[in-house]
Amino acid sequence: MSFRRINDDILRGLEPPGIAYFAGVTLALVVLALALFAFWHQMDVGLGVAGYQPPILWAVYITNFVFWVGITHSGTLVSAVLFLCRARWRTGIARASEAMTVFAIMTAGLFPIIHLGRPWFAYWLFPYPNERQLWVNFKSPLIWDVFAISSYMTVSALFLYLGLVPDIAAARDRIKDWRQRVYGVLALGWRGTERQWRHLNALYGFLAALVTPLAVSVHSVVSWDFAMALTPGWHSTIFAPYFVAGAIFSGVAMMLTLLILVRHLLHLEKYMPVAHFENLAKLIIPLSLILTYVYLTEFFMSRYSGSPFERGTLLDRAIGTYAPFFWMMVFCNSMVPLLFFFKRVRTDLRALFAISIVINIGMWLERFVLIVSSLSHSFDPAEWSGMYHPTWVEAAITAGSFAWFFLLFLLFVKNFPVISMAELKEETTREGMHVA
Amino acid sequence: MTRVYLLSVYDQAHKAAEAASAIRRDGLGEVTTYAPAPNHEIDAALGPGVSPVRLFTLLGGILGCVLGFALPIYTARDWPLITGGKPIVAIPPFVVIAFELTILLAALGAIGGFLILSGLPLLGAGPPYDPRFSEDRWGVVVNCAADQADAARARLTQAGAEEVRRANP
Repeated sequence: MSFRRINDDILRGLEPPGIAYFAGVTLALVVLALALFAFWHQMDVGLGVAGYQPPILWAVYITNFVFWVGITHSGTLVSAVLFLCRARWRTGIARASEAMTVFAIMTAGLFPIIHLGRPWFAYWLFPYPNERQLWVNFKSPLIWDVFAISSYMTVSALFLYLGLVPDIAAARDRIKDWRQRVYGVLALGWRGTERQWRHLNALYGFLAALVTPLAVSVHSVVSWDFAMALTPGWHSTIFAPYFVAGAIFSGVAMMLTLLILVRHLLHLEKYMPVAHFENLAKLIIPLSLILTYVYLTEFFMSRYSGSPFERGTLLDRAIGTYAPFFWMMVFCNSMVPLLFFFKRVRTDLRALFAISIVINIGMWLERFVLIVSSLSHSFDPAEWSGMYHPTWVEAAITAGSFAWFFLLFLLFVKNFPVISMAELKEETTREGMHVA
Repeated sequence: MTRVYLLSVYDQAHKAAEAASAIRRDGLGEVTTYAPAPNHEIDAALGPGVSPVRLFTLLGGILGCVLGFALPIYTARDWPLITGGKPIVAIPPFVVIAFELTILLAALGAIGGFLILSGLPLLGAGPPYDPRFSEDRWGVVVNCAADQADAARARLTQAGAEEVRRANP
């Protein structure tokens, strides 16, 4: 494979898109506009329009927050871990996955703010000298979250961007219209000198090594938002590994969804062979089994702890008001992924695509069940409440978060090289397949 | 003595590596190489050693760790308010902040180091460049005294250059 061919194939993705692309972008914009209207309405009237009913004061928004933070967990993490393990097959999937991480965290970060009664005071979460002479409470997991999420967002975004710089320079050198100036600025004057490559390689290695523990810490911290509270169903030491495994599980599923779409839309079949998707499917199997194990452990611990409150909450989860959601979650997360034990399923992209969506529905439900059913069945029976009903405002904002995520992703894949050309060239050279 | 730039273009990495080491060996001028992808042959030819980005990463990490403990401790003592019945300066929760800031500042340090060491963003003109170097060609640019230009040109051609020309930054 010649290097020029690599540039031709990958940079073809930056050519003007077709009507389907514009239809997708328009649809995303329309849904996003609806969500903005819903958010404006919520700010105008108050959080009451979100259907909160004491004691359920965390619901769909926090579910969305945890869901989207979970989605972030595979892109950069899988890319970094595969880089550190020198897994060659990462090249085709790494860039798009890192972009997925950055956009998912940009989506996740919105939800704690949307969930605030006065979102315009969101900056109070950051420690800064102020006239009120107040500091944030560093002993609160919510403040740990602020630090974890903002660090993760910064490092993932820079990891994506710095990996892109040589490819943006290639786009700058190839494209001759007005975009050349934009790519010129974004490429920072990258020229691929020996010195630049050497330092970039060192940097990339360090970022990969730093972002891996960071990703693990982020979802652990998110889990402590729950586990540090005394609420039955939340107060458990298994939460950090449970959340991290769940996050990687849902993230890999979202990677499958997006990468199969990108492969199809940008005609990258040659660079994203089915074997790579099969590898991701294999990764899903142990993660699904870990989750199943955690679900069982939670029930075991609720009995073993001897706490009637824990036992009551977990029993309510399985046979109470939210039981249909719980069992749907078990079906989606613990049973359907077992189909990946069959090679025929793992290598069929349509099956992979369908199952990846089922898993993400399951993971959304998992967070919903965990948050809402635990809150609805706390210590005092007088507090026990019936079914939580989300309102149109929450539905619109949830739909809007998907629109926002897909909008960012669509804009990315049409404006930036979606596979690292420099890495492809390095791989081709290493395998001795380069022809001039 | 006026100095000139000679820009040469190669279709193989090893030819560029050979040209670069020949110029350097004979002391004919300053060499800059361009490559569309990282390449070990060129690294080996120019013998660059370990990138000092690691030092910046370490310093960033240490700074982050110190800051990550100092900020919560300072703010907790500045307004001593007991929460959750815990000590005013409670180390375990502050470890989380220190951990996150260690990683954040180590990453920012590594990035800052990378930018400084690689001369990015490039604000001036820099040595001459050809757009083919981001595609499928390797380049060696020699900045030499005008009277050594012929000798340098001979070395570049000998190494198998497809093209050698005088160029401006």
